[in-house]
Amino acid sequence: MGEASIKAQAKTAYETAIGVEVHIELATKTKLFCGCEASFGAKPNTHVCPYCLGMPGTLPVLNEKALELALSVGIALHCDIPAWSRFDRKNYFYPDNPQNYQVSQWFYPLCKVGYVEIGEDATKRIGIWNIHLEEDAGKLFHDEKTDQTLVDANRAGVPLIEIVSAPDMQSAEEVLAFLEQLRTKVLYLQASDCKLQEGSMRVDVNLSVRKAGNSGLGTRTEMKNLNSFRAITRAINAERERQIGILEAGGEITLETRRWDDAKGASFPMRSKEEAMDYRYFPDPDLPPVFVTEDQVEALKKAQPEMREAKRKRFVSQFGIPEYDSEILTQSVRLANLFEETAKLGIAPKKVSNFLMGEGLRILREKELDPADVQATPEHFAALLKLLEENKITNTVAKEVFEEVFVSDVDPAEYVERNGLLTVREEGVLRQTVESVIKENEKSASDYLGGKEKALGFLVGQTMKAMRGQADPATVTALLKELLKK
Amino acid sequence: MDSSKIRTALALSERIRKKEISVREGLDATFEIIDQKEKSLHAFLTIDREGAYKEADRLQEKVDAREMFGPLFGVPVAVKDNLCTKGIRTTCGSKMLENFVPPYDATAVQSLKDAGMIIVGKTNMDEFAMGNTTETSYFGCTKNPRSEAHVPGGSSGGSAAAVAAGECLVALGTDTGGSVRQPASHCGVVGVKPTYGSISRHGLIAYCSSMDQVGPIAGNVTDCAALMEALCTWDPKDSTSIKRGSLDSLTAVKQGRLDVPTYGKRGRLDILSSLEDGVPGMKIGLPKEYFSAGLDPQVAASVMRAAETLERHGAILKEFSLPLFQYFVPDYYLIACAEASSNLERYDGMKYGLRVPGSDLHDTYRKTRTQGFGEEVRRRILLGTFALSEGYYDAYYLKALKVRRLVANAFDDALKEFDLILGPTAPTTAPRLGEADQDLVKSYLADVYTVPANLTGLPAISLPCGVGEGGLPIGVQFMGRRFEEALLFKAARVLEKETCQNG
Repeated sequence: MGEASIKAQAKTAYETAIGVEVHIELATKTKLFCGCEASFGAKPNTHVCPYCLGMPGTLPVLNEKALELALSVGIALHCDIPAWSRFDRKNYFYPDNPQNYQVSQWFYPLCKVGYVEIGEDATKRIGIWNIHLEEDAGKLFHDEKTDQTLVDANRAGVPLIEIVSAPDMQSAEEVLAFLEQLRTKVLYLQASDCKLQEGSMRVDVNLSVRKAGNSGLGTRTEMKNLNSFRAITRAINAERERQIGILEAGGEITLETRRWDDAKGASFPMRSKEEAMDYRYFPDPDLPPVFVTEDQVEALKKAQPEMREAKRKRFVSQFGIPEYDSEILTQSVRLANLFEETAKLGIAPKKVSNFLMGEGLRILREKELDPADVQATPEHFAALLKLLEENKITNTVAKEVFEEVFVSDVDPAEYVERNGLLTVREEGVLRQTVESVIKENEKSASDYLGGKEKALGFLVGQTMKAMRGQADPATVTALLKELLKK
Repeated sequence: MDSSKIRTALALSERIRKKEISVREGLDATFEIIDQKEKSLHAFLTIDREGAYKEADRLQEKVDAREMFGPLFGVPVAVKDNLCTKGIRTTCGSKMLENFVPPYDATAVQSLKDAGMIIVGKTNMDEFAMGNTTETSYFGCTKNPRSEAHVPGGSSGGSAAAVAAGECLVALGTDTGGSVRQPASHCGVVGVKPTYGSISRHGLIAYCSSMDQVGPIAGNVTDCAALMEALCTWDPKDSTSIKRGSLDSLTAVKQGRLDVPTYGKRGRLDILSSLEDGVPGMKIGLPKEYFSAGLDPQVAASVMRAAETLERHGAILKEFSLPLFQYFVPDYYLIACAEASSNLERYDGMKYGLRVPGSDLHDTYRKTRTQGFGEEVRRRILLGTFALSEGYYDAYYLKALKVRRLVANAFDDALKEFDLILGPTAPTTAPRLGEADQDLVKSYLADVYTVPANLTGLPAISLPCGVGEGGLPIGVQFMGRRFEEALLFKAARVLEKETCQNG
């Protein structure tokens, strides 16, 4: 047997069990336990106060909004909400953590057992073990010039939820499907912007392998520093290979935390056994238990927005757009809402959908934007589509203006006016251009006259190009036919 | 008139408000005594003469403009050095915070300012409030004003000594295991540990968060009550702060309803209006175990005399048993050290306070914390770290929490039968300087009468009830039901009047 086939056989003889720990920064205005702004990207150490700098004598006060958002996520993930939960301190020394303990939940988390459905028609349930509410840490920067490590405490104390899944996933594909579902739900709840690159969504992967057919789980490793969905996929596949390799060679898996290096395509142990942490969790005496009443849970259930599945079905029945369109539009709550609100302003739904799915998605892809970054208001989007409907601008111009509306929410009427983009339909103006196009393209002209209909299309295109897309195509075609016959 | 002859804070304020003396004159008297006594006493770590006079002038303008003010307006006050004071160094008695100047005021300090009081300085204390003699202070011990060979008690030894010496009429202390009451007892003044949650902990540098409580210290019961009223206020900055209410809502609490009462009409605790009501019919319990071995006979005799005095005034005395007595001290030290080990993690040399550079991050942590903390603080951090460690948590910390619950239940049960529980504040009069160090366990055990109030959150008061050998004061302590400080003060007032008549 060749080496490749041995490897193939070995691989199929193992099953993979994957669970994830997902940290999501909640989209609150202020931090979890103080009034500092929680927004991303400010100058270092400008969103800080005595509390989140760990000054002596300061005390935490729970942000009710963070609690509400965390509970909403728990409800959306079908979790049990216990009558009370409690905050615990996780003690560890590190400069990004001004108090040297993180306020988290360990013994009694906010939400318990729930699930997320993945796969075709939601055929597989991935279990959720718990969701807890905690503080984020600050950030460290190494200054090469002075060879010093500097602390930015802006992020310290920003509210996070940690969602811990059961080891119910068996492949990178399932993990991605789970994360997509989770992310969509959280985005629909507007509980977070869930950006992996900015760190508002962070995923740690717990993975173990076992011989196919064995019951019980193998020893797992925890993988950190996964900054994109691509890195998650690569890390899962690499870690499975690594563990199988060790077991095949007769070795044992070490229970450890590893750090994924995406550039090297490999992972490395984060700390040795001697440095193993003892977090000494204990109830935070500065914070009373959090009581959640049934009424509160009911109210939050009622306040849950329409989630993706429901919206997808409703768009088809209410607006008569194809299933496919609805599937794509509802992938992002931002696009779905833009669609719905624009259509409600009296624009044919399919036209709205076409623009969003064609142009909208293209722009997002090319500019590497997140749907959440889309600035368009339904009013401006509708105004643009009206201009097109009324033939005041051509399709080409509409596409150009759409990009401005989509990304920067310009007023389309004003933009068209300012840039002189209104469609030219005056024969007098067009006649001159058409004449010169015919002159410059004698071959095509004679082809057309010789019976090649296609040549007319080419000539129309050339005219439009000369008119920078602003000519009325019907008028141009008519003029061409008329002048060619002469 | 000579303002140094005014012996009570309420009288001083009244004279100031009646414009019989100026705010400055009141302050002059304070600094005169400080200048006289401070050199040998060492009650203060920082004196803010300039700030105090500036504030006096500002307050005088208010007097002249006849603006509204309270019963302690214009009174100088000393503040324990673990309460943050904006712009005034706050050391916590530690080398670690030797040069730490807080950017904000503790809520309790703000309450003093709101009451028109003048902060004259910051008082000495055991380092991070860990100790009961003020000897663990990095800045050296405070002497007992009654006898300089003896400690003032602790950890609020500076505040108690300052009041006892007349350096100021009232002061703030903090009480985690007796740190207000025990030094008050040793120095012969009045000190209160209010119901947990009564006075905001915002700005109180944490030692054991679930037990720390700010407490007033004064030369007499009435001043202490007035200061207590000024300090008790709900604070949204402290999640463990409680809203006090009218008598009606207190009834609700008695009925076992957990929802905390809202403000009464005055929005404040009211003690003064019932202060002179006396103790007729009041049921007072004496725990048998309190009077067992370990209690100095002269203290026992003095406390029993106090009990008899109350009986003479109509109180009903009865003995009862607290079988958990022997667990009070170990339970307290376990929980206090565990919380302290976490609360003191923030002192790492990175953000403020002492920093001793090392070869790498961990070496810097190690050097900073080894050199910044004194021996007692390091000991308690290590004990607490051990108690919370994986594998020991259940056996130590969790068990201690269960014992704490049992202790609380025992006191709650007793307080269903009794209005007050009476006992000594400390088993002996003030120890000699250096004595505590020779037998640490004995020193810890001396907290046995004070720690239950902290374990249970119940209010307690200590006031002088006699004088022992060498002229050292003896204190008596009352514990009462949650939110019912008024009862403690009524009983204390009866005793005080009697003692004054005798003395």
